[in-house]
Amino acid sequence: METKIHEEHVEVSHKDDFGAKLGMWLFLATELLLFAGLFTAYFVFRGIYLPFFHEGQKELQPIIGLVNSIVLFIGGLTAVLSISAVRKDKKSHLLLFLTITILTGIVFLFIKAYEYGLKFEHGLFFNMEHFKNLPNGEKIFFSLYFVMTGIHALHVLIGIILFLFILFFAIRNSYNSKNFIQVEIAGLYWCLVDLIWMYLFPLLYLVK
Amino acid sequence: MLDRLLSHEPKPGILGWLLTTDHKRIALLYFWSIITAFILGGIFALLIRLELFFPGKTIVDPDLYNRIFTLHGVIMVFMVIVPAIPAILGNYLIPLMIGARDVAFPKLNLLSYYIYLLGAIIILSSVLFGAVDTGWTFYTPYSIKTGGGVLIALFGVFVIGFSSILTGLNFIVTIHRLRAPGLSWGKLPLFIWASYATSLMNVIATPVIGITLLMLILEKLFGVGFFDPTKGGDPIMFQHFFWFYSHPVVYIMILPAMGIISEIIAVHSRKKIFGYWAMAAAIFGIAFIGFIVWAHHMFTSGMSDVARWIFSFLTFFVAVPTGVKMFNWVATLYKGSIRLTTPMLYAISFLFLFSIGGLTGLWLATISTDVYLHDTYFVVAHFHYVMVGGAITALFGGLFHWFPKITGRMYSEFWGRLSAIFVFIGFNLTFFPQFLLGMQGMPRRYWDYLPEFTLLNQISTIGAFSIALGALISLITLFVYWKKGEKVGDNPWKGATLEWQTSSPPPYYNFKEIPHVEHGPYDFEIFRKKEKEQV
Repeated sequence: METKIHEEHVEVSHKDDFGAKLGMWLFLATELLLFAGLFTAYFVFRGIYLPFFHEGQKELQPIIGLVNSIVLFIGGLTAVLSISAVRKDKKSHLLLFLTITILTGIVFLFIKAYEYGLKFEHGLFFNMEHFKNLPNGEKIFFSLYFVMTGIHALHVLIGIILFLFILFFAIRNSYNSKNFIQVEIAGLYWCLVDLIWMYLFPLLYLVK
Repeated sequence: MLDRLLSHEPKPGILGWLLTTDHKRIALLYFWSIITAFILGGIFALLIRLELFFPGKTIVDPDLYNRIFTLHGVIMVFMVIVPAIPAILGNYLIPLMIGARDVAFPKLNLLSYYIYLLGAIIILSSVLFGAVDTGWTFYTPYSIKTGGGVLIALFGVFVIGFSSILTGLNFIVTIHRLRAPGLSWGKLPLFIWASYATSLMNVIATPVIGITLLMLILEKLFGVGFFDPTKGGDPIMFQHFFWFYSHPVVYIMILPAMGIISEIIAVHSRKKIFGYWAMAAAIFGIAFIGFIVWAHHMFTSGMSDVARWIFSFLTFFVAVPTGVKMFNWVATLYKGSIRLTTPMLYAISFLFLFSIGGLTGLWLATISTDVYLHDTYFVVAHFHYVMVGGAITALFGGLFHWFPKITGRMYSEFWGRLSAIFVFIGFNLTFFPQFLLGMQGMPRRYWDYLPEFTLLNQISTIGAFSIALGALISLITLFVYWKKGEKVGDNPWKGATLEWQTSSPPPYYNFKEIPHVEHGPYDFEIFRKKEKEQV
């Protein structure tokens, strides 16, 4: 009986790039819904505490946010360019663009950390003395600021790790113009992280 | 290396189970885990009923009682009913029913199981870190203030959510991409339609509870104040967020159950399902409406009258597709050659219990009666009629129905029927009195009650033990006949869906050749003719 099974060996695994992309798009939808909860909270509290939100915004430096946006969007561009590079079998370009994407992610996190540091200096973190004395509306604003940008930064970190894996496999020649679905999926993820920042930045730093 | 370890082919020993990517084995891993959780949650349920046998203290103190009913709820909702049917029967049957060799992402499927296991262990370990006494709803601000165990339990539920999301995503892609040639959407078994809608709901709703729980976790860890009124937060917003997931989740629990009932009723009455497209459309109707009615849980929480009217009005619409399904099941039975097998008995008790559960839902959708019945035992009874009478009954029916598929053997019809009867009678004894208790004003979640409620509470407790006996008989029957049952061939029920067209139990590759599908899932006539020709 055992040998018979081996004679009838049937290939179970299969390759389905479209299916993989469909799965990734569904996953991105869940990510959007995850952030949708935070955005809903933002709009509800903004409705309640509008003047306090304006006060809180004065503590944020839009210029830092702008620099970070540019850094992140450059990463988005190179992430997309890395896909077109692998499509054309240009390995050197692929490696270059993947590396730039990872670097932009790291720079983004460093700038973010610097920005958090400024907030800590001003005592604007949970349970710090200054934070406790703020009016409720501003407390909520800074809570939203830290939670929204914090969860976003976590996603950037995950993106960096993801791209490090892709880079590792790209160096080992795992990808070519016929087989690059993993690069494409990682690119999709990076674009989602970009997209969310595209809404976070104006809502927290700019909107009056 | 990892690829080889995670291969599909059966390997000997324990690793062949722990590292399998075979959807059938993963389904059985889920089966053992979920049944364990079910027994645990059931023991907590019996403890609740024992405590309520007499007014005042019977066996436990009020504090412990609060923890017991919380654990009962958290275990049964998040660890049993939500994953049970999709993860056990869905995993086992979806690839077989659509003529595929596995799900679209087999390794992700195994990962989902381990995420489930991790989440379950975290939830259970919460008892070591202090009292979890909030009820399964984790309402703020109490959940912010009370013990550290809540933090662990919240984290466990958060983790387990990813298992639902990934399983749902996997099933959606599977159903889209891996259907056998000829298996158009109109030939899909209704269980597949139900699983598809459930997966879609899981993907849409679960991230929202994820972020809600995360916000609450941050609240407990760092003192963020989104839901804490002393910090400017809004506890009502927590309720909105929570029910935006937790109302759809009751449809996540009931839709796959409805899929199972459709399969059982068609096969065991040898009739084509009445109104196939209406049945499929009704599933999506329920799924859609399920997303826009959440605030009917909050009629007494503080909302504008307009909001209450709108949510009440929308809630009534759920009854329309549900009514369509109920009507079509009965119409399918009409003039069928009904076999009163164990799965069929479970399916019929589903029809009775779910009707009662559904109709009492209308009382709670009506604002004026809901204000009166809110937070009484009426709500408890209604919820258990749909969740236990609906989802769990269907799960047991499904386990018996596909038992010969999974094992290649037949269970004992006598013990199976006995279990169904015990569960049905015990269920009504337990929960019907609770409708009456609720209407007389007994509040839910209380440790104590007025002496005039004693008789009904005692009937309810006796009923609970009858359910436990029935469930025990059915589980023991399944376990014993797993090895000892009589071999019955590949297709004992003469089912027309694809899962019966391969051997029982199926080989690891499911189908030697992917079948070409020419007839619908319930065309028993064509199926019989084909069989005759072959003879």
